[in-house]
Amino acid sequence: MKLKSRHLLGLEGISKEEIGLILDTAETFKEVLERPIKKVPTLRGVTVVNLFYEASTRTRISFELAEKRLSAELVNFSASTSSVKKGETLKDTVKNIEAMKIDMVVIRHQSAGTPYFLTQCLSSSIINAGDGAHEHPTQGLLDLFTLREKYKKIEGLKVVIVGDIKHSRVARSNIWGLKTMGASVAVCGPTTLMPYEIDKMGVGVYSNLDEALRGADVVNVLRIQLERQKGGLLPSLREYANEFGINSDRLKRLNPNFTIMHPGPINRGVEITPEVADGPYSVILDQVTNGVAIRMAVLYLLSGGEGKVE
Amino acid sequence: MPFLESEEENLPRRKGVLIMDEKTVRRALTRIAHEIIERNKGAENLGLIGIKTRGAYLAERLAKIIFEIEEVQVPLGFMDITLYRDDIQTKLDQPIVQKTEVMFDVADKIIILVDDVLFTGRTIRAALDQIIDFGRPKLIQLAVLVDRGHRELPIRADYIGKNIPTALNEQVVVKIQEVDGEDSVTIEKEKRK
Repeated sequence: MKLKSRHLLGLEGISKEEIGLILDTAETFKEVLERPIKKVPTLRGVTVVNLFYEASTRTRISFELAEKRLSAELVNFSASTSSVKKGETLKDTVKNIEAMKIDMVVIRHQSAGTPYFLTQCLSSSIINAGDGAHEHPTQGLLDLFTLREKYKKIEGLKVVIVGDIKHSRVARSNIWGLKTMGASVAVCGPTTLMPYEIDKMGVGVYSNLDEALRGADVVNVLRIQLERQKGGLLPSLREYANEFGINSDRLKRLNPNFTIMHPGPINRGVEITPEVADGPYSVILDQVTNGVAIRMAVLYLLSGGEGKVE
Repeated sequence: MPFLESEEENLPRRKGVLIMDEKTVRRALTRIAHEIIERNKGAENLGLIGIKTRGAYLAERLAKIIFEIEEVQVPLGFMDITLYRDDIQTKLDQPIVQKTEVMFDVADKIIILVDDVLFTGRTIRAALDQIIDFGRPKLIQLAVLVDRGHRELPIRADYIGKNIPTALNEQVVVKIQEVDGEDSVTIEKEKRK
């Protein structure tokens, strides 16, 4: 059993068996992270470049730690302090970096499809760490891992994704991954933040939060992306908080053993109230812990050599 | 065992020479258990770590035999050495990583590392590195069911079930009850596909 592609661009088209392999491998790495020495020599000699064109705390530190704990060499790049400022194109930038002999590229970019573009001009393995509103596969995988850890299986879970679906790559990766693993998925948010034809992805679509939450097991709360709200899509943040914010009152409509997830960073008091975010049903910090294990698994599985299988 | 029979049918005919059967495997393990106790003057302060997959079950059996002799429950751990392999970058498929479960503190213990076959020594090198990342044992000893020679590293076993001189094109096949439904060691001429 192995992954079909040497890149991870998204969860669309990734089979149930492949996702299962990544999650199983991540379980091993989670155990590594509990050891006194949280480091294994597996990726010695592999060089990884973290190419971040957009701001990030969790994903970037998580990838960095994953690389360090696998003993890979790593180089960080952020667009704001590089020659991108002098007008160097993406293609020139990555070609130059690859000329310095690297093996893998982790990329976050504001434009959907950038990781795919890199697979066309580089020979390194490409891992998508978020591209525009397209996909954020490692986030989707760590959400699946966190759910599998809690419920033992994902099949049959009712998951509601709430918030700005239109701009959310996390929502798309989650929908693909959850559907593949057999969960039923619904999305809920203001009509202005709901993409056209989202129902074609095989999800329930709601504009009333209370209706969407009825009988749900899991609520994945998306961040209101303040940087993408210039176009008047929301009347006001207060109105959003009233209509779609997750507060303790609303949780009464959920199944008793429910889970609150959030990919971070949190706008406290907007999409989720502090007492829910820090409450007993929240797995927000478990998601962050599991993120390192998932990224170690992905790096490991994509780093295979070209030799013969013994 | 219908499963094994049907599997045999699908394999090409090859000459297998039976070297150890259930009885000899049991006797060898019993002797090794006695030797471990004798050399270490008891079973206190020991820790057994089996290398997955078959070494793990052999370690489990050694722990049981040591308990029967000394009435000491030796802490038992299992180790997957995939992440410490030296050929991980040269393989086409990444090997499936199994879980490592060493729940006891190895520091200052006498660790008995257990594996089925000692061959090049590379697996043992990986296991030694992994154990040392867990802590600093007082010493590490190696117990194997079969030593087939052809070392590529300066490594030797402290306890050996059976020395089997082999040619490089021969394959030593160890089967054990828990995984394969029977205890046996055979030598086969050609490498299995």
